[in-house]
Amino acid sequence: MIDVSRLTATQIRDGIADRLFTAREVAEAALGRIEALDGQVHAFNQVTAELAYAAAERIDDAVRSDVVLPPLAGVPVAVKDNMNLLGTRTTCSSRILENYESAYDCTAVRRLLDAGALPVGKCNMDEFAFGSSTENSTFGPTHNPWDLERVPGGSSGGSAAAVSAGMATISLGSDTGGSIRQPGSLTGTVALKPTYGRVSRYGCVAFASSLDQIGPFAKTVGECALALNAISGKDPMDATSVDRPAEDFTATLAEGIAGLRVGIVTDLLEAEGCEGAVRDSVRSAAETFAALGAEVGEVELPSTAHGLSAYYIIGPAEASSNLARFDGIRYGHRVGDADDVLDLYMRSRAEGFGPETIRRVMLGTYALSAGYYDAYYGQAQKARTLIKRDFESAFERFDVLLTPTSPTVAFKIGERASDPLAMYLSDVYTIPVNLAGNCAVSVPGGLCPTSRLPIGLQIIGTHFAESTVLRAAAAFEAALGFDPTPPLVRDVQ
Amino acid sequence: MSISEAQVRHVALLARLKLTDEEVARLGDDLNSILGHIDTIRQLDLADVPPTAHALDVVNETRADEVRPCLSREEALANGPEVAEGAFVIPRIVGGGDAS
Repeated sequence: MIDVSRLTATQIRDGIADRLFTAREVAEAALGRIEALDGQVHAFNQVTAELAYAAAERIDDAVRSDVVLPPLAGVPVAVKDNMNLLGTRTTCSSRILENYESAYDCTAVRRLLDAGALPVGKCNMDEFAFGSSTENSTFGPTHNPWDLERVPGGSSGGSAAAVSAGMATISLGSDTGGSIRQPGSLTGTVALKPTYGRVSRYGCVAFASSLDQIGPFAKTVGECALALNAISGKDPMDATSVDRPAEDFTATLAEGIAGLRVGIVTDLLEAEGCEGAVRDSVRSAAETFAALGAEVGEVELPSTAHGLSAYYIIGPAEASSNLARFDGIRYGHRVGDADDVLDLYMRSRAEGFGPETIRRVMLGTYALSAGYYDAYYGQAQKARTLIKRDFESAFERFDVLLTPTSPTVAFKIGERASDPLAMYLSDVYTIPVNLAGNCAVSVPGGLCPTSRLPIGLQIIGTHFAESTVLRAAAAFEAALGFDPTPPLVRDVQ
Repeated sequence: MSISEAQVRHVALLARLKLTDEEVARLGDDLNSILGHIDTIRQLDLADVPPTAHALDVVNETRADEVRPCLSREEALANGPEVAEGAFVIPRIVGGGDAS
């Protein structure tokens, strides 16, 4: 059997086109790896073998008819379980949606499949994307393929772990405050949060609508760029998706970064709570950028000190509003013995939501309630303006900014579960990017010398600067030569 | 600013969440801890700063008002916990025999 985990998306597509192997063999190999590994990793809530084989058959038919294959033909993909796909459940890892059958396709997923990808499954996540560890799942935690006793990060931890363990070549996650980039960092994968509006959010269950954005995970920058090619673009079903000329994000990846202006965000790098090895890794990355011909300088983003506070008001406020739709009437868990409609709402929701979801809905409802709106939500939206202005002035001097993705490497399962605030601090470097609507990629910066766990480097660009950000990431990736294969799965075929 | 037990119960009602006494106590502690951490934002002097509700400068995005295909009634009802006669079933909202 072919070892699908060692092939890039393009090698898979070209291998099928050149008849070295069939799409069905690729599907079998990916599903075989899931069978072999997912008992330990638990990246998947649902494995969709039938859908994968049906898609593979269409690709193999196209090969037989000598049709030119699309760019992701035969590429195994996994999607976070908050994105709808006909023929699958969309649970958001929540009891309230445990049996919810997708009623339509999420646009980003549909576009990935239209590019020829094979859907192998739906990935575990923190319930409704509330968390940074994938422990807040009604189906149990996902384990980090680099160390099964550690978290893969979150909330898109299943999507990250699926790619890291070679069970999918590309996966999709969603990122509201770091939920793609932070698990990317903790699993040694490349993880991209596109600019707000670059990718349609239609069919992705909403958390905080002014911050949410769908993006890809892959083992290489080039594959992330290919995935972005497939999923980006205006969608009439999402009024916040932006109409821009189509770009080929792979076109400039190999152009190098001579003269690129790179700013190290020193106040974030020196912030309390950042592990020494993480700080060293970013400094060493800056030296690599300079050696590659970039003009490296320093910059500060002082208003981002208010990022966490603004986020933990805006995020829960929007979430409490979005989650009002789960009322036990049209779909989802419903108590069977309600006295009246209020009792039905209150008990169905309390039974259906897990503890962190209840905490966020309560926090958001409080922040929006009469008498507190101006003090919290109003202030948070103004602080958001300050953060946006800080980025705007930084991008007058620099093309991309460098920070750590996460202040720490992967932590142990259970370590932060009882302390919401400690968990919230996981996203201190990623949150400001969502508040300002910028794009950013987390790219592996090497392994921590003591723990041998991956450290992620965050490269931030201004609105719609994905090509620049990905080009910087590709140059760094080539210079570093990081092996993204976790030791635990190195010998599994 | 500290949130009282009565406020937790009021917010739970607004959020349509039936909480046990134990949950009310725990959430009170959690919310106070989180609000304590984010309280600095209330102290900032932002009187002259406009709010940002949306990160991009996109306004009044509209589309043509055209009839398009949508979910069939069967599809829309497919996930309903209780469905009858082409509709979602809910407990009685307006009064029965002894309306109160």
